[in-house]
Amino acid sequence: MDADQIRRAVKRISHEIVERNRGTKGIVVVGIRRRGVYIAKRIAEYIEKIEGAVPFGALDITLYRDDFQVTKNIQTRPVVGTTEIKEDITDKVIVLVDDVLFTGRTIRAALDELIDFGRPKQIQLAVLVDRGHREFPIKADYVGRNLPTSENEIVEVRLTEIDGRDEVLLGEMEE
Amino acid sequence: MNGLKSKHLLGLEGMTAEEMGVILDTAASFREISERPVKKVPALRGKTIVNLFFEASTRTRASFELAEKRLSADTVNISKSGSSVAKGESLRDTAENLQAMKIDVIVIRHGAAGAPHFLASLLEASVVNAGDGAHEHPTQGLLDIFTLKGRLGDLKGKKVTIIGDIAHSRVARSNIFGLTTLGAEVTVCGPPTMIPPRIEELGVKVEMDLRRAIEDADAVNVLRIQLERQKVNLFPSLDEYAVVYGINRKRVAMMKPDCIIMHPGPINRGVEITQDVADSDRAVILEQVTNGVAVRMAVLYLLCEGVQKEPPPVDAAVEEEKTDSKVT
Repeated sequence: MDADQIRRAVKRISHEIVERNRGTKGIVVVGIRRRGVYIAKRIAEYIEKIEGAVPFGALDITLYRDDFQVTKNIQTRPVVGTTEIKEDITDKVIVLVDDVLFTGRTIRAALDELIDFGRPKQIQLAVLVDRGHREFPIKADYVGRNLPTSENEIVEVRLTEIDGRDEVLLGEMEE
Repeated sequence: MNGLKSKHLLGLEGMTAEEMGVILDTAASFREISERPVKKVPALRGKTIVNLFFEASTRTRASFELAEKRLSADTVNISKSGSSVAKGESLRDTAENLQAMKIDVIVIRHGAAGAPHFLASLLEASVVNAGDGAHEHPTQGLLDIFTLKGRLGDLKGKKVTIIGDIAHSRVARSNIFGLTTLGAEVTVCGPPTMIPPRIEELGVKVEMDLRRAIEDADAVNVLRIQLERQKVNLFPSLDEYAVVYGINRKRVAMMKPDCIIMHPGPINRGVEITQDVADSDRAVILEQVTNGVAVRMAVLYLLCEGVQKEPPPVDAAVEEEKTDSKVT
């Protein structure tokens, strides 16, 4: 996906969110660190243009990961980031945003963490890329692009805010 | 770098600025957890932490215990009275028995300097020093530094004055090691009997005149007079100490208008600091306490997470990253 395709996909998702929820009432857009946060921010900006401002938050799921005991090499472990949920999320509709949906384990962790902040009325999931190979019963409500992949391929999402440009790359994992 | 080099936290002496940075950054992320409706994350689920306190403590002990609980670790508290230590069991036997029960971390406070180091040489578990005699109290040093950074930003060139019983203070020593590593200018001030000889060798300035010590400081850290550690009378009376070294309104007026006042607690109100100053908005004493929980969470999390190894060969690193990216 190039920059234009990403922009259109994010814009379409924003429209779909407003359409499905019949407006913006009670919606809170929450991005998963790191890249999900920037996509969430863009969605929140589009929604503001379409219908009106919505609250926005960021979730760091490092402390909720299920591979804490498994991954012994900490070089590849992310530094714990900050979770910013300023709203009371009870009875709100949370739109959880991430860049790539793969095994579903990140989303599982995010759901666990969100629930520690309150009891949302509903949690919806928006992802830029759904690459398949789920290991958990998790499904996205809004998908930018379905990308059939094999398990040894790598999907890399690059965003201007972090990487200097917008693109989605599909690579081969070297054996 | 995103981890620590040692599996123990024994002191701030010799810790690099980089390692301190990792702890402080992680603590900044952990601070928010204590503001949540559910103040708990599952990060240390299944880890067992023993708090072994041979000396009295309210703040440090509660702070460690809350930090452990908020990370979902299982905790056991042992104090001197009510344990077999009271029956004369040695520190070594106590520790080895605890280890035989398969614990992951021991947090120890002990009256003897070096007790945590002794345990670290003996045990598989990680050891965290929660204060050893008059030696070090690293988590207090870190939380003081965290509070200072929150208020003053980068500490390079910032002037921090520590007032009081420097000779008996483990808080002073940990602050000195940490702050000088980060490039702050540390001045110590107190009765001459309480300033250890050759303290300048730790890279601090000694100032006997209280006014000169505080007038251009960015922060003043007021230590508690530790009556329990003094074997002889080092000053004539508490009243006289209060008159000569106590931080009162008059002395606050000598400081820069934005100078912050810190105290590690417990406060002897009316001795080293007056009631009104301790409760004024210049004092960040309770902020230090709040930060203490986040800093201890960061330390425990990083120690349980594992030790920073030397970077693996490039191929292995790439391979790791790829398997890791599966968790998307």
